[in-house]
Amino acid sequence: MSKFKRSTGKAGVGKINTASLPDIVFMLLFFFMTVTVMREVELKIQVTVPEATQGKKLEKKSLASFIYIGKPLPNLQATFGSEPKIQLNDAFKEVADIQDFIAQERETMDEADQAKMLVSLKIDEETRMQIVSEVKYALRRANALKIMYANRPVDEITSLN
Amino acid sequence: MARRDVPDINAGSMADIAFLLLIFFLVTTTMDSDTGLMRKLPPIPDPGQEQEDDQQIHERNILVVKVNKDNMLLVEDELIQIGELRDITKEFILNPDDAEDMPEKIEKNIPFFGLVRVAKQAVISLQNDYGTTYGVYIAVQNELLAARNEVRNELAMQRWGIPYDDLNEDQIAAVDEYYNAPISEAEPKRIGGD
Repeated sequence: MSKFKRSTGKAGVGKINTASLPDIVFMLLFFFMTVTVMREVELKIQVTVPEATQGKKLEKKSLASFIYIGKPLPNLQATFGSEPKIQLNDAFKEVADIQDFIAQERETMDEADQAKMLVSLKIDEETRMQIVSEVKYALRRANALKIMYANRPVDEITSLN
Repeated sequence: MARRDVPDINAGSMADIAFLLLIFFLVTTTMDSDTGLMRKLPPIPDPGQEQEDDQQIHERNILVVKVNKDNMLLVEDELIQIGELRDITKEFILNPDDAEDMPEKIEKNIPFFGLVRVAKQAVISLQNDYGTTYGVYIAVQNELLAARNEVRNELAMQRWGIPYDDLNEDQIAAVDEYYNAPISEAEPKRIGGD
């Protein structure tokens, strides 16, 4: 093993002190814990929400329910086709299921919060309005009237045709 | 007094544990903050009074914005580009020259402003086709909201010198009353099919 031994005359490289490494990592950890939120559903559809300049920030996420509309992911298209579909929680659903979904979401909320309930529509920008209109009508029937068209905040819309 | 030596705890693996936690949070969380256009849907009207409200509004008080299945924009029967929509909407809400074909202004008492002439009945009506692309629909909504927000912001700056977003609740209510201009989303029509 003498091969690896340094000649005693040369100054050895000192050990790096790693005592503060946990502190640094913890700091990073806390940073991410505070600025991020838990992923709530696994998306089975492709959703690129449109750009908009007038979007308001969703203040209380606990008051919001999410409805996703878009084409199924490429690996699911063989089973579900490539037409836009509605996803509620983790499953594909139909327009007729929305009323039940809203009722369910309402039940999980505090009674005081139920009036403030908000439905966030995360809809792909390529979707045609027919399905959107049907969903909107279903929401009106379910008396969930506060809605939010989710968007990507931008300073100026560039993709206008 | 001899102090008992507490043996050092080996903290070498602390970093590993922290890294593990860090990676867990990186994977399971998302950073995107949710923003969106806040809108309110109209409640479903009672069958008896369905048509009544629409007919009471005079034609000059409505700005009709139509988007067809080819995403073309028709405002007050004129084909326009989406870039022009904001200015047209602003002019409609403000009606600076008291034009005959623009919203009718009525005297009204509004807190902070006193007796002013406002276009109380002005309504923006957005109609879309079943075949309209959602992205275009949102772009149009965005322009309409932008026009209204700009008008309100200008009023807030003029009256108090602070932006609309920083006003208190009473002030916002007053400004909203001054330039109300609700955006109504009519039931879509199947004009061209898909």
